[in-house]
Amino acid sequence: MASMRDIKRRRTSIQGTQQITKAMKLVSTVKLQRARSNAEKSHNYFDTMYRTVCSILARVGESDHRYLKGNNSGRKAIVVITSNRGLAGGYNSNVVKLITSDPRFSKDDLDIYTIGNKGYEAFHRHGYNIVRNLPDIIEAPTYTDAMGLTNILLKSYEEGEIGEIYMAYTFFKNTVTHVPTLTKLLPISSVDEDSDGEPDKIDAMMNFEPGDEEALDWIIPKYISGQIHGALIEALASENGARMQAMDNATSNAEDMINDLTLKYNRARQGSITQELTEIIAGSQALND
Amino acid sequence: MDKFKVRIVTPERVFYEGEADMVEMNTTEGQIGCYPGHIPLTVIVKPGVLNIHENGEIKTAALHSGFAEILPDSFNILAETVEWKDEIDEERAKAAMERAKKRLESKTDIDDLERSRAETALQRAITRIDALK
Repeated sequence: MASMRDIKRRRTSIQGTQQITKAMKLVSTVKLQRARSNAEKSHNYFDTMYRTVCSILARVGESDHRYLKGNNSGRKAIVVITSNRGLAGGYNSNVVKLITSDPRFSKDDLDIYTIGNKGYEAFHRHGYNIVRNLPDIIEAPTYTDAMGLTNILLKSYEEGEIGEIYMAYTFFKNTVTHVPTLTKLLPISSVDEDSDGEPDKIDAMMNFEPGDEEALDWIIPKYISGQIHGALIEALASENGARMQAMDNATSNAEDMINDLTLKYNRARQGSITQELTEIIAGSQALND
Repeated sequence: MDKFKVRIVTPERVFYEGEADMVEMNTTEGQIGCYPGHIPLTVIVKPGVLNIHENGEIKTAALHSGFAEILPDSFNILAETVEWKDEIDEERAKAAMERAKKRLESKTDIDDLERSRAETALQRAITRIDALK
């Protein structure tokens, strides 16, 4: 049995850790609230953008447009959004797993663009081809950042270096549920699977100025920027949500351990008192005899 | 007179939401003024002044890029950058215009990227100054 001093030292150390996890939990709660309200604000833009793009695609139908048709390159680009810092439970590894465990992707024809150092480290370790790491973006995502990345991606798409563009991020469903998601950005499949047919009524009569093709040229880059921006904001909210949960678990684990150790400490103390008493009594009895 | 719902959203926030009588803006096809009951139309924004006529009052903003979806009873603008007249700092806009002009004039050591950046900056500054007029 551990000595009283050992137990006490262990308990103090756990209390210290608990204070840290508690503080981290509070910090990520505040950050989560901010990130969530940002996510709600940007939702509007994203929804309208999505609807408009769907309506254009519904009108254009089968098109040879370069953003719809794709090119002959077999390489695929993946934008992976993770965090810069750890201690967020499975947040980062879940996103990474999404790609490493997908049979459609083979290590040799992937170009990885990581946003966030954790993703970079993981893919680097696995030996993937990382074209770029942009760790600063995730700290405070802006639309301009998303636009910059879109330009880089579209340029290599248009030059035929890559044929498909994907994005892996964590969708923020609610505070406790975060879903690692993989979406295809380009080429855009012309008919969307989950369109319910409802908005098509207006779409049929929608006119475009300038023509449909020019509108596609112009709107699709914006659409992709919008998607990336939306994903960044969702990912930031998920990161803080995941960290909050992880830290909450850590805090309550620490609490359990402290309780357990306190009990052990008290037992040890009681044991040592009992032992001392027995010794004294035994000693005095030995003198009387 | 009829009114329609006008909504301007940016990636960061809902910029404006309300009922208006008429909206004027600049598109790639030219200046348009749009009343309720317009045929469905999607247009691409060209940097310019945006005027929202609301109960005889005119709200002015500088609209830099984005696109607009016009329906008979609503008008949605998806703007990447837009700012109200009173959010614009005139001195700063003027200084930015001068700076951009100077950069464009010093032709010797300017690459394409820098040129397009300077042009965008100049365009922005001009739009801002126009909106203040």
